[in-house]
Amino acid sequence: MALPSYASAGQKIWHYSFLTICGLIFFFLIFPIMVIIPLAFNAQDFFTFTPEMLRLQADGYSLKHFNDFFNNPDWYRPLYNSLKIAPMATIVSVSLGTLAAIGLSQSHVPYRRVIMAILISPMIVPLIISAAGMYFFYSWIGLQGTYWGVVLAHAILGIPFVIITVTATLVGFDKSLTRAAANMGAGPVRTFFKVQMPLILPGVISGGLFAFITSFDEVVVVIFVGSVGQKTLPWQMFTGLREQISPTILAAATVLVTISILLLITVELLRRRSERLRGMSQG
Amino acid sequence: MKLTTTILDAASAIALASVATAGSHMANEMTIVSWGGAYSASQQAAYHDPYIANSGIAIINDESSGDAVAKLRAMNEAGNVTWDLVDVEAADGMRLCDEGLAMEIDFDTQLAPGDDGSTATDDFGDMLVSDCFIPQIVFSTTFGYRTDMVPEGAAAPTDACAVFDLDTYPGNRALNKRPIGNMEWALLCDGVAIEDVYDTLETDEGIARAFAKLDTIKAVTRWWTAGAETPQLLADGEIFMGSTYNGRLFSVIAEQNQPVGMAWGYQMLDIDGWIIPTGLADDRLARTLDYVYFATDTQRLADQAKYISYGPARASSAPLVGDHATLGIPMAPHMPTDPANMTGAFVTNYLWWADYRDELDAKFQAWLAQ
Amino acid sequence: MSEPTTTATMQAADGTPLKVSLARALRRQKMRALLLIAPLLGFILLGFVFPIGQMLFRSVENDVVRDTLPTTIEALENWDSTSNEAPPEEVFAALAADLQVAVDTKAHTVLGRRLNFEYSGITTLFRKIGRDVEDWDLATDGPFAPRFEDSDDEWLDPDLWRAVLAYSDRYTSGYYLAAIDKTMVNGVIESRPADQSLHLMLFGRTAWMSVLICFCTLLLGYPIAFLLATLKARHANLLLILVLLPFWTSLLVRTSAWKVLLQEQGVINDLLVAIGLLADDGRLQLINNKLGVIIAMTHILLPFMILPLYSVMKTIPPSYVRAAKSLGATDWTAFWRVYFPQSVPGIGAGAILVFILAVGYYITPELVGGPSGSFISNRIAYQWSGAGNWGLVGALGAILLVAVLILYWVYDKIVGIDNVKLG
Repeated sequence: MALPSYASAGQKIWHYSFLTICGLIFFFLIFPIMVIIPLAFNAQDFFTFTPEMLRLQADGYSLKHFNDFFNNPDWYRPLYNSLKIAPMATIVSVSLGTLAAIGLSQSHVPYRRVIMAILISPMIVPLIISAAGMYFFYSWIGLQGTYWGVVLAHAILGIPFVIITVTATLVGFDKSLTRAAANMGAGPVRTFFKVQMPLILPGVISGGLFAFITSFDEVVVVIFVGSVGQKTLPWQMFTGLREQISPTILAAATVLVTISILLLITVELLRRRSERLRGMSQG
Repeated sequence: MKLTTTILDAASAIALASVATAGSHMANEMTIVSWGGAYSASQQAAYHDPYIANSGIAIINDESSGDAVAKLRAMNEAGNVTWDLVDVEAADGMRLCDEGLAMEIDFDTQLAPGDDGSTATDDFGDMLVSDCFIPQIVFSTTFGYRTDMVPEGAAAPTDACAVFDLDTYPGNRALNKRPIGNMEWALLCDGVAIEDVYDTLETDEGIARAFAKLDTIKAVTRWWTAGAETPQLLADGEIFMGSTYNGRLFSVIAEQNQPVGMAWGYQMLDIDGWIIPTGLADDRLARTLDYVYFATDTQRLADQAKYISYGPARASSAPLVGDHATLGIPMAPHMPTDPANMTGAFVTNYLWWADYRDELDAKFQAWLAQ
Repeated sequence: MSEPTTTATMQAADGTPLKVSLARALRRQKMRALLLIAPLLGFILLGFVFPIGQMLFRSVENDVVRDTLPTTIEALENWDSTSNEAPPEEVFAALAADLQVAVDTKAHTVLGRRLNFEYSGITTLFRKIGRDVEDWDLATDGPFAPRFEDSDDEWLDPDLWRAVLAYSDRYTSGYYLAAIDKTMVNGVIESRPADQSLHLMLFGRTAWMSVLICFCTLLLGYPIAFLLATLKARHANLLLILVLLPFWTSLLVRTSAWKVLLQEQGVINDLLVAIGLLADDGRLQLINNKLGVIIAMTHILLPFMILPLYSVMKTIPPSYVRAAKSLGATDWTAFWRVYFPQSVPGIGAGAILVFILAVGYYITPELVGGPSGSFISNRIAYQWSGAGNWGLVGALGAILLVAVLILYWVYDKIVGIDNVKLG
């Protein structure tokens, strides 16, 4: 959005103020997330910047909250649980979701809109309702408070994201490629694995990452469906925020922000790769 | 292609690892539910650790006592009880007993006799408020305040009514997000005698009077749902005065050395204890009864008083209450039942609240949400 | 030279009529598609739709009254509920018989709890009578009305029996009435007293705060989306990362960040006091109220407004605006009359998405809202764990769900479910 050389003074002022406003909004978006990172290194047990920290004195900073986070079982066990549950939930939702997305992008799917609506509904229904409903049902079938109960519940929550991203990828998929493969004698399964899968893989992985972050970050459903043996990191943070606010939460938050940044970079690289594969990127 | 293979390999490795370590319920473990924080820590030190050392059974701690009634009800409906022993307040214990969710206890055979030779029934005495409820401790909901935030020239607060006195003691307050306690204090501090408080609360005028009193401090009040919030708010300096369970205040004063004092007057006494959920399989029930026999005997109840300032429910335990386990200070003066602290103290009328809780709860939440 | 037309039907390679062959191929395609979808559809229907339906059913089921007191209710139906006298002796005799059965399984106190939601004090009545009833001999100890009166004279109060009758049907509207702050007295629906009515107020508050949050995200998101859509792709992608980072960050991290920032002794207040804009005892109350919720949720839902807006704005060709300018339009006119109308679908998509998400939120209002900033979801959670009134949970949940589904349907009409884009 370059400023043309013939812009008037008024237009110049407006242009720069617009950029300033946007800058402020970006600041609003990023600042809260960034501000907790230095606070996690606070040597004291406060939630605000101490004078030593503001003067950038070395003794105002310490790693003790990170130490607590990684060594205190109240924190590392939930982290471990989160890392056990999220990948499994992702695998379940990605496998079922990719299959369904491929089915949905075929031509002539009966009741397509209804089916799509049902499959996307976990994203739309308010979490408290889903959580309460799933609690009763899982108690009834004996899955409440078990690892698999939480995994299945999280898989359900992650499926809409997988469906959305994979169908979006399949929209741009060139069907003539499958026809060409069939033409050359490949059966449908072989065509799927050798032709379709590599091209839609970035979309599948993208959906998988969405599902992963949904499960990793989820707290309401796991409070209902899980019990103390499945306590996840967000659950521990939620309890901590409500009750015994300790700066270890900020250390946990910093770790999570780092994970988000890594995931974000992965998604971005995948997106560029898929665009390059399809010849759509700007180089 | 290589990318696909790598990803699929990584995925299956993670899957296998997760499933392998998902773990199932070990045969020799119990799930005991309590309230968390300093209270659970005291139970761990006084009851769980010695029991684990003696029997080798692992104990898993759950902190869901706040939701105990709801969860036990749902577990019972589903026919799938996953808890072995639950710590509840007397009122909840009665509720659970009424609904058949807690097991009836034969006190004299299933609980240990007192160390002084008395039967369990005599030793616990008036504390046995329900057939299913095994008393552990007497605790109170009472007020703590920041000693360094008391204004110049004013005396330090000594009772709950200071919380309504915004002129002498400005600053934020913290109160429980339930009507229990708050309604009684509002009326008591408005001049109603304790004998008349519950009758007054049955009338609309009485309720309106209580809300009017609470309205005077509503704007500066934070509403807590967990016992650990008020001590944290006091330590942070976010409030001047707030209510919580007396043991949590003891923890923040004596163990964390924060400038907090206690205003014992008009403390609301209550009993906390165990219930055993109905529907346990025989082997689990046997294990639970074994634990309960050990954990509620005279010495154990006196031991938990070494870690937190809650009075043991047994008469025979009172003489055995000594000093704090690590700080060495005598615990007796910090007990709610110590005579010096008992001015104006009253016991929660849980029978009355069992009837009127739903109605007053609706009114309280409506008042709160405005 | 024309081909001779034939009356024979067209045939496929293997001799079957083409129509049939095509129909068969189409059916096979549909089957294949359905087979691919079936596992997931079955999983969602069984593990999600059915449980929610089951829970919502609790909002109407009321078997407990009739199951616990079958003969009593039958006898009670013959009683004139408008009279000011207690029911006749046969009702009390039936009650004694039913209670003797119920006491074994403690069903009488469960019933007492259910009825206590509608009539305070019934819990104790049932508990006391339960202890007495066990010892009665049904054949010889009548009449029973005086015995009930001995236990508690409230048993003779016609209001009590009117309440029991009103809530004796297998399916009850009581929970839905309670969810909209009404109650049924003598067959007439009336409003509950104002000091007990908070559900309508909460629904209203949730709705208007969500609208406000929607508006704030639109106000903040539109310039960003515009900037991203009009910048060169390389720069736009870099800046898009600044939008996606909050989106990918855990909700609890963002909420705890706001808790830290907005507290009275938190970063923002400290900053304002340090600059001198505020006195130390005049700190702003930014948290545990509606303001805190609005600020935090605007921040959290902003990416959900920006991304749909951005994807729509990317498709607006810049040539229109340039054409307008070349025809003499001012910057403002070109924007408002040419660009803005084309971005309206994006606004609609983003606004409805943000609104649907905001209305159902639980975590953020719970942590930063305090009582005055709580949403309906928080109330539902409280009813579930605190009061244990699951019928009310079902009723409130059903109302919320219907509202969200209607919005979802509107969203589908405007945008189309297929077109939900997440960047």
